[in-house]
Amino acid sequence: MKSMATYILKRIVLMLCVCFIIMTICFVMIRMLPDQLPRGSGDYAAAVLAMRKAWGYDEPILTQYIIFLKKVFTEWDWGVCTKVGTYLTPVTSHIAQKLPATIAVNAWSMVVSIPLGLLFGIYAALKKNKWQDHVISVVIMLFISVPAYIYAFVVQYFLGFKLGWFPIVVASGTNYFSPEMLKSMVLPVMSMSFGTIASLMRAVRAELTETLTSDYMLLARTKGLTRRQATLRHALRNSMVPIMPMIISQFVMVLSGSLIIEKIFGIPGIGSTYVSSILERDYSLFLAVSMFYTVISLAATLVIDLSYGLVDPRIRIGGGKNNE
Amino acid sequence: MNKQEFPDLPKEKFVFVQQAENIHDARFETKAVGYFGDAWGRFKKNKGSVVAAFIILLLIIFAVFTPIFSTYDMSFTDSYYVYVLPKSNFLSRFGIWDGCTGKTVNQQTYDYYEACDAITAVKDSYESTVNGRTNTYYDIEVDSYRAVGYVYINLTPSEYEAARAYEEENGVRLFYPMVNTSKVAQEMNRDNANFWYEHNAKGVASREADGTLIPNFKTDDQSADGLSYYSLKMNGKQYQVRVYYYDWFTYLHGRAPCFLFGTDNLGHDILSRLASGARFSLMLSVIVSAINFLIGTVYGAIEGYYGGKLDLVMERIADVLYSIPYMVMFSLLQLRWGKEIGVVGALLLAFVLTGWISVASTVRTQFYRFKGQEYVLAARTLGASDARLIARCILPNALGTIITACILMVPSVIFTESSLSYLGVLNLDSSTLTSVGTMLSNAQTALSTYPHAILFPALFISLMMISFNLFGNGLRDALNPTLRGAEE
Repeated sequence: MKSMATYILKRIVLMLCVCFIIMTICFVMIRMLPDQLPRGSGDYAAAVLAMRKAWGYDEPILTQYIIFLKKVFTEWDWGVCTKVGTYLTPVTSHIAQKLPATIAVNAWSMVVSIPLGLLFGIYAALKKNKWQDHVISVVIMLFISVPAYIYAFVVQYFLGFKLGWFPIVVASGTNYFSPEMLKSMVLPVMSMSFGTIASLMRAVRAELTETLTSDYMLLARTKGLTRRQATLRHALRNSMVPIMPMIISQFVMVLSGSLIIEKIFGIPGIGSTYVSSILERDYSLFLAVSMFYTVISLAATLVIDLSYGLVDPRIRIGGGKNNE
Repeated sequence: MNKQEFPDLPKEKFVFVQQAENIHDARFETKAVGYFGDAWGRFKKNKGSVVAAFIILLLIIFAVFTPIFSTYDMSFTDSYYVYVLPKSNFLSRFGIWDGCTGKTVNQQTYDYYEACDAITAVKDSYESTVNGRTNTYYDIEVDSYRAVGYVYINLTPSEYEAARAYEEENGVRLFYPMVNTSKVAQEMNRDNANFWYEHNAKGVASREADGTLIPNFKTDDQSADGLSYYSLKMNGKQYQVRVYYYDWFTYLHGRAPCFLFGTDNLGHDILSRLASGARFSLMLSVIVSAINFLIGTVYGAIEGYYGGKLDLVMERIADVLYSIPYMVMFSLLQLRWGKEIGVVGALLLAFVLTGWISVASTVRTQFYRFKGQEYVLAARTLGASDARLIARCILPNALGTIITACILMVPSVIFTESSLSYLGVLNLDSSTLTSVGTMLSNAQTALSTYPHAILFPALFISLMMISFNLFGNGLRDALNPTLRGAEE
């Protein structure tokens, strides 16, 4: 257990180092960009100049970075919005304000896609090489290859526009459990889920078919277990070893919004904020959201690695050459 | 059959099979099958992959040759033919793919389309009463090419004379009388050349006894038939004339308007735009894949072959680069160098900066697997240099995996590029450059009204992704038989 703790600590320290390097690269590159603040004429230009001075844009980049780091670590001050959202709102509160919409859509998509993915994957594995399996394989191929925004167009056009069953864009407001909101989230949740369902299905199918043909399954059947018992108690549990980390990482990824789906359905989430910060050149916001995404993707990797050990005690986390 | 069972077999029963000459190994009658021949044999058996390869070939042919043979080039635009529907000259004879669309319209709109000569069929008409008012509605088929109707255009006198000469020569009619705008009911419709018929304040046409529309033209005493055919603009340097746009287009371009995939929001021909976009995407992805192949192989080979501290340092560098989310990478490079080295240059740089890492790690793993084997030791003992060992002894073992990784990189590059240009982070839209993602992005605003503009790019990219994935999987199974059935 002690090695586990040191391993986690080591990984977290490593992660922070990587974060720091990426932040440095981002900061330097961003500060080297022209037009940090909007330009104008007359009094406005003077005001901008004063603002540049006050915010330390005239210092050398390294000094700017030290100032920035000091602010981040002492006051958790990542700067203010200049173009996106309300002028001079702290970036952190702007992000916090955008997160709920993203989380709502992603959480629903997770709730829908994990059970469906598992179910269909198991079904395909049990019906290996029968027509049901072939149908599922074709569906997997389609949904994995075709980009998510294509389904988004398809569902938006047919279900949203032609049949008029669901609203085309997500309802406004912050009441994420109101019936209108739930109804309007059906299409984005659908288009987000297809890909997740398909990749989950593929993984489950591949793993389960392998475990179903392994020797211990033969042993289990020889002992007198029914096919159902053997599948549920032995094959399924063993095949979950690589699947569980996939599912667990989904929980972390709930925070990161899909850039494209949020744009198509007008979800006021973190993904669309990111895109608009790039398009409108809101550099502080861009840096903060970039770091947000970086931390999340690093955290997801970490969680995946750790969860292998939790799911399967045979795998020793951080074990050396001899797996001690 | 041991000795105990047959105790007394007489010795003379045993005869040598072959006594005349020495026995040699027989020559192989069959031809030796090399690695790629073997792989080809396996690949052929996978029907799905063969079909996918064929589709990819077709798509490449489409992308390469359509811009050469298409009627309109990609920078063609027509300000009147915006979002016209797909039409095929051949198929329109059978009533499909004919650029027509079904509409339910009221009397005013019906009259308008009739004036444009755009109605190809009236399927049904019915009356409905809402709030005590009875209105007539029609279910009609409207030809989107003719729905533009008449337009006013400005010509120089020489252009006008040339067109008049063409009229005489070919016996076609290009110019139509100008409309008496003072009798057009609504102010905003006065610039619309289609209100050439008498109508009441609501826009409903008044008709002759036989049902034809009553013309409302500007008169001119000088003209032969008493109607005015042009008005002077710019002190007589330009003539404003009224033409039927379908015929005018035919006169200008030498052929009747017909866009196989329709046109987009700027009146571009979707067919040639799509082919050019596809050509760009394919070229980009092949270049990216080739560069990443080179960098990844060299980097991975050095890491894997030398190992130790060098490997550790190089792996950490790759790790850090790999952890940068791709959006951060792409947008930073676009913002920073988008202007200096061009949008495409920055895009290429972003792809190359991280794309090689996956190739390098596969190569590294293969090197770790093979570098300790006896044949490598033997080669080294015989005095082979490091470079020779890397290139001739170990690398060929990794070739299958590397090729597969490179082929599968093509769809992922296309996907990333289309997502980025769809989001607008990448701006590839110009008269000479486009990409499939840009087309999707432009067409999405009109998704509900003109789905055809999004249909063809979406279809193209879906087909491309599916067939590349199928082809890549087939290739992997063929090149690395040990990995067969393993996913990713």
